[in-house]
Order: sequence, then structure tokens, then C-alpha cells
Amino acid sequence: MINLALDIGTTAAPESYLFYFLAPLSVVAALGMLLVKKAVHSALLLAWVMISLAIFYIAQDALFLGIVQIVVYTGAVMMLFLFILMLVGVDTSDSLEENIPGLRPVSIVAAIGFGGLLVSLIGRATFGRPIYGLSAANAEGNAFGIAEQLFTKYVFAFEVVSALLITAALGAMVLGHSQKSKSKFAQRDLSIARFRKDNLNAAAGLPAAGIYALHNAVDVPALLPTGKAAPTSISNVLQARGDMIESATFQMKSEEEEEK
Amino acid sequence: MTNAQLISQDPGWIIALKGLIIFAACVFLTIMSVWGERRIVARMQQRSGPNRVGKFGLLQALVDGVKLALKEDLIPKAADRIVFVIAPIISTTACFMAFAVIPMTGPVNFFGQQTAMQLTDLSVGVLYVLAIASVGVYGIVLAGWSSGSTYPLLGGLRSSAQVISYEVAMGLSLVAVFIYAGSMSTSEIVAAQDQWWYAVVLFPSFVIYAISMVGETNRAPFDLAEAEGELVGGFHTEYSSLKFALFFLSEYVNIIAVSALATTLFLGGYRALPGLGFTEQWLGGWFTLIWFFVKVLAFFFVFVWLRGTLPRLRYDQFMKFGWKVLIPFSLVWILVVATLRVMSQQNAPRALIFAFVFSVALLYLAVTSLIDRQKTKIAEAAKFIDATQPSFPVPVIPTSRAEQLNG
Repeated sequence: MINLALDIGTTAAPESYLFYFLAPLSVVAALGMLLVKKAVHSALLLAWVMISLAIFYIAQDALFLGIVQIVVYTGAVMMLFLFILMLVGVDTSDSLEENIPGLRPVSIVAAIGFGGLLVSLIGRATFGRPIYGLSAANAEGNAFGIAEQLFTKYVFAFEVVSALLITAALGAMVLGHSQKSKSKFAQRDLSIARFRKDNLNAAAGLPAAGIYALHNAVDVPALLPTGKAAPTSISNVLQARGDMIESATFQMKSEEEEEK
Repeated sequence: MTNAQLISQDPGWIIALKGLIIFAACVFLTIMSVWGERRIVARMQQRSGPNRVGKFGLLQALVDGVKLALKEDLIPKAADRIVFVIAPIISTTACFMAFAVIPMTGPVNFFGQQTAMQLTDLSVGVLYVLAIASVGVYGIVLAGWSSGSTYPLLGGLRSSAQVISYEVAMGLSLVAVFIYAGSMSTSEIVAAQDQWWYAVVLFPSFVIYAISMVGETNRAPFDLAEAEGELVGGFHTEYSSLKFALFFLSEYVNIIAVSALATTLFLGGYRALPGLGFTEQWLGGWFTLIWFFVKVLAFFFVFVWLRGTLPRLRYDQFMKFGWKVLIPFSLVWILVVATLRVMSQQNAPRALIFAFVFSVALLYLAVTSLIDRQKTKIAEAAKFIDATQPSFPVPVIPTSRAEQLNG
């Protein structure tokens, strides 16, 4: 495999082209994420930022991290985000009113703190002590190196984080769970109930709308052999709304009436 | 030399040519598999299928493609135009990318250069395929959302839930393979199967992968995202012309892709069937390509067979199956496999390994029998509890003594 990462401070030509191509795109996408109106658009832009980050990781020889970034963040976390956004509303734009009081000062403090952290990190990477040992760490393959660190030196931290995540997942399940006092009346129960009634008229299903009538629309009742409308052939909802078409107009006229 | 070493020596023009060949092969295979599916399903349903265009109707899919291209391209008024256009592009791009890491032949002579028919060899190749698959789902979900109408939205929602749940089972089924092969690179996994295929050694993993790959590709009986009886066309209801053709293309490329991955991980990839190892040297090694495609097409046939045989699952049954059966089962299976692996690495005595397997089997029997007993208990209890649905007419039980006395 081609080793793309060189010593710190120097960059291979392909990597720098990749960087100058992708970095502006990801910054624009990150800004766009804050500025666009529709929530789904910003989720998409965030997904793009994550993918370009993953590409940067891969270019820096952190192959495993890059791929896992796509699987976990783009594939699972953002997909869940999208799922929720789509469930909540198709066309909802973010409302710009602030619902929670005191959010502004808190967010400003957090932003300054995060900015300071970033500056110090970048400064440390650029001016601080030289970082070396990447090729040594990747000697037996990137995934192997990470696994060795995770399961020997940092195994306790790893276990703590996993316990935390499991607790969070369990907590979400407990909070989201509601005990049903009665079991849900499902297809199977409906089917059983239909056959346990006193008469089995409806056992084979209710008559469909419009049978033997002049029209077969859903709001036109079926006609019984007597020429009367069959009330069971129309949905209860339509009956309650009064959307049912008067069945009398569709009843067959008896011969006596026609003679007159 | 291993495949990975051969591939890393490729000059640029070979990489470009290989990319082109793989792309062309995918498109050709897709077109032929559309025709193949229609013919096979037709035969299963006592029809003859498309047989008018070309010999045996071989050109039918091509003609259909031309027809789709000539249709009017509609974008609904309520649609989100940019996302609506991007969605099929994401879907199609992603499904082709998975082929980059699939090893299709052993070492072969490629225009005078010794190489293997595999575009690139990543040390985490299988994870790469998973990552690409998870990006590909964006196409379906976004298509559903951006159409601005109800059925596509429902289709998109179903699809995202489906993929999240079945990707977990799929990923877990691969873990056992990683443990046994000691690698996540596709070429090394194939190389590790020179003795036994993982479909035999890790049979439960193979079954879980085979089930979840059907769920992952939105194919019958798991095609809930485009259930035509419930959602018209599901996520692609509003799509027409070439955009629809792209979704169509990506569905079939996806089927071939997951089949190719299954072949690589479980059926020994490009290796010959057991006992036919001498054929791997035929045609200067190119005969392995035939073995690879025979296996992939066998998987494709199973896909078509499933579609011709099984009715669509109900949504809740589908989800229950994924979360309550596939995932717990594969978690337990991984534990068993990992323990066995460590035992064999530490040269544990054979008696200990047998004892472990025996105790696992015993535990399995105990747990299932307990569950069965609990189920019958609940069913018995339900007969008495469910007072709203009496099994036969009974007089109303009086609630108080006074009522009883008064009659």
C-alpha cells in the first residue's frame, strides 16, 4: 500500500492536492450547515463534512479510523438524525426564535472554549514538540496498531466508555418504553374475533362498497337483494363525516314505481 | 507473491484499465441479470418471459433502458429539486464503488503485467464495503424525502430503519470471519479459505449474512421500502426516465455487489470448488474469473428464487426478526467463535474444546426449552385473562352479593 503520510511538516504532492481541493469544500459545507434553512439540508451538509473528514483521515494513513468514521457517523448516526427529521416533519424549517432562556451566553462561552481548544491543539501540532512514530505505530497495519493500543494500554478507558454507552442505550430504552396495559389488537386477534361472534355473516369479510349499485365509488353503499343499501359496506369514517352518498338515489326502483 | 503485493506494483494505466473493465462488467452484468431475473421468475410462474427482442429476448433489458431514457423526465412541484436530482446519483455511485476491493481472480497475466483482477487492496476492505453500503442508503432515504409526497416519504423512512437494523446484523456476521481469517482485507480472507470455505466453518455467520444481505438490498421478501401493494412504488414513486433508470441500475448492481462480497467472504472467492483445484491454473489463471462469476450468479439465482417464492413480510415482523432474532443470535455466536479461536490458538486439549462445544449446545437447548415453556404458559394464561374476547357465550358474572341476591 502506498504510504501517503510523510514526516511532520512535509506533505506529499497528491495529499496536498487532495487537501486544497477538499478543505474549502468541507469548510463551505460546514458553514452552509449553520446557514441553510431546512433541517434536512443541514444534516446532509454535515454528512458531507464527515465524509471529507474521513477522506482526510485516510490520506493521513489512518485507514481504519477513516472507514469507521463513515460507517459509524455517516452511516448510523446521521441516518438516525435524518430518520427523526423526516418523522418530525417533511417541510419544517428551523424556527429562529429562542425557546430556552439564557442559551445565548452559554453558547458563546462554549464557542470561545472550543475555539481556544482548537487553537491550542493546532499550535501544539505546528510549533510544539515533533510528533514521530507514525510508521512505527503502523508497522503491522493500521487496524492492528489501534487494536493493540485499545486492548492493552487503554483497555480500562475503553471498557469505561463502552459501559457508559451501554448505560446510555439502556436509559434511552427505559425512557422510551411504555408498558401497554392491554395487548395490541393485531391482525391475528381481529381474525379470531371475527369468527367468535354470534353470527358469521361478516366472517368472510364485509361487503365492498358499490356492489350491485350504479357506481362503485367508496362512498356508494352496496345494495342488498331487497334493493336496500347495506350500511356495513361503507367505512365508519365516511358515515361519521356524512360523506356518504344518499343510497336512495341508487336503489333500484321497484316495478310498481316504474308503472306509475 | 500475494495478491496485495501484486496489486501494489500496478502502474497507473493498468489501474485505470482495470477500473474501466470492472465498471463495464458491472453494467453488462446488470443488464443481463435484469433479463435473467425476468426469465427465471417467468419460468417459476409457468410463463415464458421476455422472448421477443433478440435471441431468447436477450436484448430486452437494453431496449427497456432505451425506452426509459426516452421518457419524459418529471420533477414534482413539491419536490426539493437539488436533493431530488442528487439522490439517484448517490445511489448509483455508491453501489459501483464496492467492487473496488473485490478480488475476482488469482494472479494473472494482464497485458504482459503480472497482477490480480482487483482494483485495490485495503487492509480494512470489508469495512470499506460496509461504509460504502451505508452511504448508498442515503440515495434511497433522500429520494423518499425530496419527492415531497407521502408514499415516497414512508418508503424512505422504512428503508432507513431497515438498513440501520440489518446493517448491525450484517456487521456482526462478518466479525466471525475477521476472527478466523485474522484480517479484514478481502484478498487475505480469500487466501485464508484455501482449506475450508467459511460457509462451512462459520455456517451460522453465513446464514445471518445471507439473510441480512437480502434485507440490505431491499429485495423480496424484505422489499418494504418499495412495497408496491402498500406504497405504490415506495421511495421511487415520483421518479421517471433516466433518474428511475439509475435507481433500477443501482438495485441490481447492489445485488451483484453483496453477492460478490458473500462469495469472497464465505465461498472462497475466486477459488475453485473443492477437488477441482487444478482448474485454477487454466488459461493462465483467468479461469478463476469464471469460478468467481459462477458463485456470484448462484447467489443471484437465490435472490430471484426468493422473490419468486416468498411473500413480503409485514413491517413489524421484519423489524422483530432483525432485532430480536438475528442480532442476539449473532452476538452469542461471536462469543462462541472467539472462545473457540482462542482455545485453538493456545493449543488447548481437544477434550476441553469438545467439552466447551457440548456445554454450549446444552445451554442452547436449556434456554430454548425454557423459552418454549414460558410461551405456552403465557398462551395458557391469556385464555383466562382476555375477558373481552370470550371463547363461548357465558352469562354475565354479577359483581356484588346484593346483585346476586336480587337476581
